[in-house]
Amino acid sequence: MSTITQDIAPLPSSAPIVKLTAQVRSWKIPITFSGFAIASLLLFVGLGRGQRGELSTFRLSETRDVIQLPEVALPTFVTGVLVAIVLVLMAVSSAWLVYRHRKIPIVLTIMFALLFLIGFLAWAASGSTIPVPGLLIGTVTLSAPLIFGALGGVLSERAGVVNVAIEAQLLAGAFSSAVVASATGNPYLGLLAAMVAGALVSMVLAAFALKYLVDQVIVGVVLNVLVIGLTSFLYSQVLAPSANLNSPDVFPRLNIPLLSEIPIIGPVLFRQTIIVYVMYVAVALVFFGLFRTKWGLRVRAVGEHPQAADTVGINVNRTRFIAVTLGGVISGFGGAYFTLGAVGAFNKEMTNGMGFIALAAVIFGQWHPIKATLAALLFGFATNLQNVLGIIGSPVPSEFMLMLPYVVTIFAVAGFVGRSRAPAADGKPYIK
Amino acid sequence: MSGRTVTTPAPVPGAVKKDGSERWSQALRDITGGSAMISVLAVLLALVVGAVLIAFTTDRVQETAGYFFSRPTDLIGAVWEAVAGAYSALFQGSVYNFRAPSFFNAIRPLTETLTFATPLIAAGLGVGLAFRVGMFNIGGRGQMLIAAGAAGWVAFAVELPAGIHLIVAILAGLLGGAIWGGIVGLLKARTGAHEVIVTIMLNFVALYLIQFLLRTPGALQAPGSNNPKTPAMAATAVFPDLFGPRYNLHAGFLTVIAATIFVWWLLSRSNLGFQFRAVGQNPSAARVAGINVKNVYLYAMAISGALVGLAGINQVLGTVTTGFGAGIDAGIGFDAITVALLGRSRPWGIFAAGILFGAFKAGGFAMQAAEGVPIDIVVVVQALIVLFIAAPPLVRAIFHLPTPGTTRKPRIRKINEVVAK
Repeated sequence: MSTITQDIAPLPSSAPIVKLTAQVRSWKIPITFSGFAIASLLLFVGLGRGQRGELSTFRLSETRDVIQLPEVALPTFVTGVLVAIVLVLMAVSSAWLVYRHRKIPIVLTIMFALLFLIGFLAWAASGSTIPVPGLLIGTVTLSAPLIFGALGGVLSERAGVVNVAIEAQLLAGAFSSAVVASATGNPYLGLLAAMVAGALVSMVLAAFALKYLVDQVIVGVVLNVLVIGLTSFLYSQVLAPSANLNSPDVFPRLNIPLLSEIPIIGPVLFRQTIIVYVMYVAVALVFFGLFRTKWGLRVRAVGEHPQAADTVGINVNRTRFIAVTLGGVISGFGGAYFTLGAVGAFNKEMTNGMGFIALAAVIFGQWHPIKATLAALLFGFATNLQNVLGIIGSPVPSEFMLMLPYVVTIFAVAGFVGRSRAPAADGKPYIK
Repeated sequence: MSGRTVTTPAPVPGAVKKDGSERWSQALRDITGGSAMISVLAVLLALVVGAVLIAFTTDRVQETAGYFFSRPTDLIGAVWEAVAGAYSALFQGSVYNFRAPSFFNAIRPLTETLTFATPLIAAGLGVGLAFRVGMFNIGGRGQMLIAAGAAGWVAFAVELPAGIHLIVAILAGLLGGAIWGGIVGLLKARTGAHEVIVTIMLNFVALYLIQFLLRTPGALQAPGSNNPKTPAMAATAVFPDLFGPRYNLHAGFLTVIAATIFVWWLLSRSNLGFQFRAVGQNPSAARVAGINVKNVYLYAMAISGALVGLAGINQVLGTVTTGFGAGIDAGIGFDAITVALLGRSRPWGIFAAGILFGAFKAGGFAMQAAEGVPIDIVVVVQALIVLFIAAPPLVRAIFHLPTPGTTRKPRIRKINEVVAK
């Protein structure tokens, strides 16, 4: 061992430091673009769907809207061909940009994704109508628990504690909100109970991670199993025999006057339940708290470089504990969506892996609250797209439609996002 | 932890002169605070918490608690009855059934335990191997489904002579699992895609792929049926029973023993395994030392996927041979994570952990049938065991045990004497 270290040791001092990254051209985006462009050529042009002049109709307004927008009808095949051609051109131009060592503007990526989406929707809706507001309303509703979970995860991981226990926090929130809301008859107390339950789960996570220095992934995984077991056990033993403990009132949709009448945006954003409205506030608060306050700076410092934070007098473990607990409060609140926002009764393992999708959204969103929210919205959109296409009848076997969001995520993670960097001290306990 | 012996400090010259009694008390301290004791106490502690949960949720206990102050013995009796009943059913369902008419019937629960343990060990080895390379494989579900689909298809659709048929089916399953895990390793190595995201996503992709194949005639669906289920496996491709038709235990258990030996050899005796561990310890240092980290990610995930796939193979060729649906993974892919954690990612540790969890599973079903205690309590106890074992300081604090390696604090009286001199 000693000889090796001697060989390596003089290297940093004698050799000049060469920054290799400056010359690397990343072909990932052009390759991904080309993949999607080829896929669109095959799907939209190759399969020849809608060649007999079928129309794809997009309905932009709901019947009860005050301002009615006209329906947009596009000829399926022509739209598909046009979209495919533009996508191919965009892929070629991105390759040219990389070849010329230029940066690919983010606008190009967004345009590419939107165009592919429009082309895909037009292709899928050949001969039928897609209700655009319905598609988007469901997206926001379905992504609510994912967004809460992702925000909780971001907060915890920014402070340097890996949070695999989002599933547990959601499930604990769902369970306790159902029980408390049914027992007291007050759904708002249910929301409070959900927050407390989420906080308790994350306090266990924090205590084991920070005090007993247990590997944080282990605690997270075990907490998931523990909460699944605990809630399922209590469900079978206590809730199932007496139905009056598991019949909470579901929050109604609240229409915000005026705002809810804006075309498209109104129904999507302002005809939701109180849980979704709280979600808007939560996203803004977490972003503001993390990036615009002294407390947020400390949280991030503790997650990136605890030694440095400690040196300037920040109590590392206390800051982490508070951040993780707050994360649990947010995730737990999201758990209430399952019982008070949607189904109206608790069921065994009703979160059904949503916590893991939220975890994926955290990483996909590069540990940033806004980006993680967008990632969660993408998953929500994909889930709801399946539902909508299931109603109008999808052109390919439904399983492949169901698979699509996950395949797209893999492509996106591999192609666009790539090496997402966690906070430097994420998962490492700090020992003075 | 195997490298711990290196760091043991050299014996201090003065320490040799300890008298007999002191040496014994030091040995006692090390045993009571050591990891074996912690494991035993962790299991005990978890069972106690489970007992509290059972007691609190039993109707009879709640009834008697209502008049606790007039007749406290009723409550104690009810608690004892509920807890002892549940745990004795758990034991009799997993180890030895005292009420069975003959010895061969009485040990049937033990073979059930091993049958349940078989896929848990296989999948646990896969997850544990990935842990050793510093990766988190939550994709057990997908890898099991693909492996089960591949092995199952060979087992019912291909005609081969007995023996060869089984081997080909196993190889097909291993290949399926290796490919599904290898995709993850390849993407991580080439593009840096985080393995947690990719494995979760591939779980869903595999699920829908298998669902599609299961309802497509000519693929996995049984001919002439509308159910999303495969036909029964051919008799030539099924694991033979180990101890005759009386027991469910099949030869798949032998493949799992072989897999454990293989992983042990791979990790602690092979060149590749050394690279795995080096990357797991510190990828940057491994790269500096000349290890191709990208290849290590690919190979490790492929082998991990194949091992998890072995669990799927065992399910379709050993446990459920009458044809399977999309729920064939039975949550084993996720249970395997706990098994790997309890076994501390070491092959024989995972083997033991798998048998313990298999016992809980076998006993849990018996307990649910006999005492009406939901099997979910077993999940709670399992989780608590892993949690407690992972936090030895907590267990030591609860039982007031000493920390191993430390000596007893000198009595204050002695210090006073020293000061006085």
